[in-house]
Amino acid sequence: MKGLNIIVLAKQVPDTRNVGKDAMKANGTVNRAALPAIFNPEDLLALEQALRLKDRHEGSQVTVVTMGPVRAANILRDALFRGADKGVLITDKKFAGSDTLATSYVLSRALQKLAPFDIILCGRQAIDGDTAQVGPQVAEKLKIPQITYVEEILAVSKQKITARRRMGNGMETLQGKLPLLLTVHGAAPACRTRNARRLMKYKHACTPSEMSHQREDYIRMHEHRHYLDLTEWNVNDLQAEEAYLGLYGSPTKVNAVTNIVFTARESKVLAPTDEAINALMAELVEHHTVG
Amino acid sequence: MNNVFIYCETEAGRPAEVSLEILTKGRHLAHQIKAKLEVIVLGHKLKGIEDELFAYGADIVHLGDHKHLAPYLTLPHAAVVAGIFAREKPRIGLFGATAIGRDLAPRVSSRLNCGLTADCTELVIGDHYDKKQKKTYQDLLLQRRPAFGGNIIATIVTPDTLPQLATVREGVMKKEKCTRVKKGKVVNIKVDDFVDREALAVSIIERHIEKKEVNLKNANIIVAGGYGMGSKEDFNLLYELAEVLGGDVGASRAAVDAGFEIHDRQIGQTGLTVRPKLYIACGISGQIQHTAGMDKSAMVIAINNDPHAPINKLADYVITGDVARVIPKMIKYYKEHTK
Repeated sequence: MKGLNIIVLAKQVPDTRNVGKDAMKANGTVNRAALPAIFNPEDLLALEQALRLKDRHEGSQVTVVTMGPVRAANILRDALFRGADKGVLITDKKFAGSDTLATSYVLSRALQKLAPFDIILCGRQAIDGDTAQVGPQVAEKLKIPQITYVEEILAVSKQKITARRRMGNGMETLQGKLPLLLTVHGAAPACRTRNARRLMKYKHACTPSEMSHQREDYIRMHEHRHYLDLTEWNVNDLQAEEAYLGLYGSPTKVNAVTNIVFTARESKVLAPTDEAINALMAELVEHHTVG
Repeated sequence: MNNVFIYCETEAGRPAEVSLEILTKGRHLAHQIKAKLEVIVLGHKLKGIEDELFAYGADIVHLGDHKHLAPYLTLPHAAVVAGIFAREKPRIGLFGATAIGRDLAPRVSSRLNCGLTADCTELVIGDHYDKKQKKTYQDLLLQRRPAFGGNIIATIVTPDTLPQLATVREGVMKKEKCTRVKKGKVVNIKVDDFVDREALAVSIIERHIEKKEVNLKNANIIVAGGYGMGSKEDFNLLYELAEVLGGDVGASRAAVDAGFEIHDRQIGQTGLTVRPKLYIACGISGQIQHTAGMDKSAMVIAINNDPHAPINKLADYVITGDVARVIPKMIKYYKEHTK
């Protein structure tokens, strides 16, 4: 069997696990600049699944695709350090404000340009939105089957893929015809670390937009090292219809954003002494809260 | 046309809990916009399932009973649901935010090119003012959901496309039977009209449903641990307390990320929403991500070294101290003073 053409969809996300107060803009969109930008955790797990397939199937190629601002190229470089072969950045101001449906349209246009592919992998969901929608929406736009919540790819052979998925209440092993899209669940194994040799090789990889800010000698270095070129596509490259893009092309709109305010309870503070804990337990038993 | 549609999940031929919760909510929404409540239920050997759906207020049940529809697979279910939506033109379409609903709804939304909001915790009918167009849309579905890692609540609307689609979190809507049950209408779906060979591109090789090993949603007492527990081994103490009290063990995302617990036990914005009688939070700081999933607990006890941990604001009792010292005392007292 010849190698597989594997594509990983990845997103650079603000690290929502540590959000300060000034992270939201007045219009309800996220002020990403206020937070550290990281490789979406489950997308890294998807990359690992892709790299494992590449290890098992000689001649395979792993391409990482991301849509976002120019600085999202950082996660493409990160992917190259970890073992990916190519990076594609999809960037255009016209994409700003896209909801999941508009995003899936743009990604599906890019994927059509990268066809024929065998396997598309992405994280189950991104930590900034937690929607888990983009993967299945892309699969539908491409009219290919999907397996979501995947924990492990068990085998690929004869144009078929077998994968185990984790649902809320159990596990399922599914087999489907290629090409197929898989979304990878948080329970999947962690991604391998950056490889020192690859880091040296690819640290200067950049997109044409990034290149335009570089000095001449840097540009000359790139002329001889095409592996350092990251692909960059905009609306025109994708021949995307503007009616489906950005805020305008997004059927869902933000009506309001509110901060969560919890009503504080009247709390009794207890010292960790035997007496205090015994009294509390006695009260719980008496009121049938426990027992 | 213009009705409220619910996709009903099944478990062993019965409607899933989450679907009955959404049915209850859907009934109120339908009443408010003077629409009918319709249910799509797909599976195999579903005889009699409609009666339970009528009891929760369904006016019309679209019943697809076919061997290709059970167990659940994405493509056949998406084909039927999208096909019925395209024909019946609902105003609202709701799914459970479960492994099934979150697999199916985006597929349907993408096929019909209509908006979808994930993991809603509140749904109300209301107006939306579009500043750019200076236009007010009336009686839209206001879809509220925690966003951005659970740090904010966003209200999302879908003004221009129908149906307005949303998935709804498990355990947040209350299920309630109708006081007066009306027998509705059953429409048998001609499944073969929707499901072609291509929809069978994926097949199930093996299926292992755990008989709800982790059933935190229904636990009366939950002992939950956070990153402050320190290690996986330290969770043993929580299991001990939970066993003594007849409860179960939960965890915060930080604890799950650190590998102290499995994801099935995660409570919070990206995990389960629980409302037990007693919630004992051990070594949990109380990030909104976590508290969003447990703040409706009837009673909260927080055990934490940090007297300023945010969780303390939510707690009825705060024990400032070391979990490893406090819990054995609780266990000891309980063992000595009951039965």
